Amino acid sequence: MRFKNVFNIIGPSMVGPSSSHTAGAARLGRAARQLLGELPEHADIILYGSFAETYWGHGTDLALVGGLLDYSTDDPRLPDAAEIADEQGMTIQFEKGSGNYPHPNFVRLRLKCGEQQAELAGASIGGGNIEIHELNGFDVKGSGQYPTLVVEHMDSKGVLADITRTLSEGELNIGFMDVDRKSRSGEAMTLIELDGIPSAAVLKQIEALTHVTRAVVIDLD
Amino acid sequence: MQFRTLQDIVRLCEERQCSIAELMIVEQVKETGVSREQVVEQMTSYYEVMKEAVHRGIHEDTVSRSSLTGGDARRVYDYLNGGETAAGSHSTRAMSYALAVSEVNASMGRIIATPTAGSCGIIPGVFVSTQERFSWSDEQMVLGLFAAGAIGYVIANNSSISGAEGGCQAEVGSAIGMAAGAVVELRDGTPQQAMHAVGLALKNTLGLICDPVAGLVEIPCIVRNGLGAVNALAAADMALAGVRSAIPSDEVVDVMLQVGRTMPSEHRETARGGLAQTPTGRKITEELRRRRENQGS
Repeated sequence: MRFKNVFNIIGPSMVGPSSSHTAGAARLGRAARQLLGELPEHADIILYGSFAETYWGHGTDLALVGGLLDYSTDDPRLPDAAEIADEQGMTIQFEKGSGNYPHPNFVRLRLKCGEQQAELAGASIGGGNIEIHELNGFDVKGSGQYPTLVVEHMDSKGVLADITRTLSEGELNIGFMDVDRKSRSGEAMTLIELDGIPSAAVLKQIEALTHVTRAVVIDLD
Repeated sequence: MQFRTLQDIVRLCEERQCSIAELMIVEQVKETGVSREQVVEQMTSYYEVMKEAVHRGIHEDTVSRSSLTGGDARRVYDYLNGGETAAGSHSTRAMSYALAVSEVNASMGRIIATPTAGSCGIIPGVFVSTQERFSWSDEQMVLGLFAAGAIGYVIANNSSISGAEGGCQAEVGSAIGMAAGAVVELRDGTPQQAMHAVGLALKNTLGLICDPVAGLVEIPCIVRNGLGAVNALAAADMALAGVRSAIPSDEVVDVMLQVGRTMPSEHRETARGGLAQTPTGRKITEELRRRRENQGS
């Protein structure tokens, strides 16, 4: 069953005009912002396929920027997102992407704030649903449908066991996880979809684990 | 969910002696582990958004970002208040409300995707107008939305609710079927009659292509929402009168998928065929492109 419950059919609550080009775009922008962990100073947004062709009339650009401001899909400020971002000192560069892309509605966001950087590539797959394809250069997949814990760590024995044990002690159930590493014993990332939102204390415990460099939560609800 | 087909819905409602809405709520609670109160509360908040969108579209100026569309809901509403209409005042009112919500959507206003943003006018148009007419409570309307959701759930999983996959029949067609079935239940029809209404409605939109001018959810989407609301009321009446869908409604759902699969990609939301590629459709597309380049955005 592709659609699991009644609110996949009646819903989402959203600012128009298109669930794939507007609501999905807002969620992708918001996921990127939460990966960065703060308001970006600068964003490079590269649009592919139908996103690149029809973004203007669908407000895809405004929705992506609204997402960068951490707005939900039905936030009435979405149509004014460009001006609000400008007032808050955010600079944004839109580009049309070239080369291959895995879905007709695909976008890559590169964000910067001071020394901190974040990069997300993902697709809007319809009905406001999204697919995360890549985070900070790691090939990890996620749906954004659940609270998502993203952990950057070194590829080393026992790291995953430590992370999952900490989650289990925090009473959190794992629905899905994906791991990617740049090289053996090199940098790695683990994406974990959870049935609940990890508390600040749990996040702190995970960040304190040996070999873990950073942990953030992406929560789009 | 315990049901996969429309006939499953009828069977389970008969076994449990319950409405389609009640079946949907019970199954939703089981599937998600979220309490009944919260599930009903969420749907209630969605109905509030739908009513707001109707109100905005009728009483405020809505112009889309492309400035291609806007103001038709008010035109129809004013016409309705000017005297007897060809389709009758109730149908015309549903039509104006559906246009209103679709125009709010095109102007980047807040709506509920039912089942998609492209078809977001039909259910609110039918629901808000019938609520006013029959003095139904918000609680009843929220139950109606669960009934519509159960029908949409079956269509979405056995066929499609995406224009890119199945053409406009999958979006506007599905919404008409959902609204028609829900009205039958709200009018005290049986679950069996509601399912006939779904089949009758879907038969009338089979083969409807998705051909948005310049790829935007405006032309012809908004007008199709207005006309779709009228069709939903008509299909509900046919079923309540005892008309049956001679081809079982589940078979109609299945054939909608087959028709969608054999539709050329030109007619599935790509704007490469249909109305989008008429001389005027192409001219509008070209004008928009030029305007955007001049704006440098």
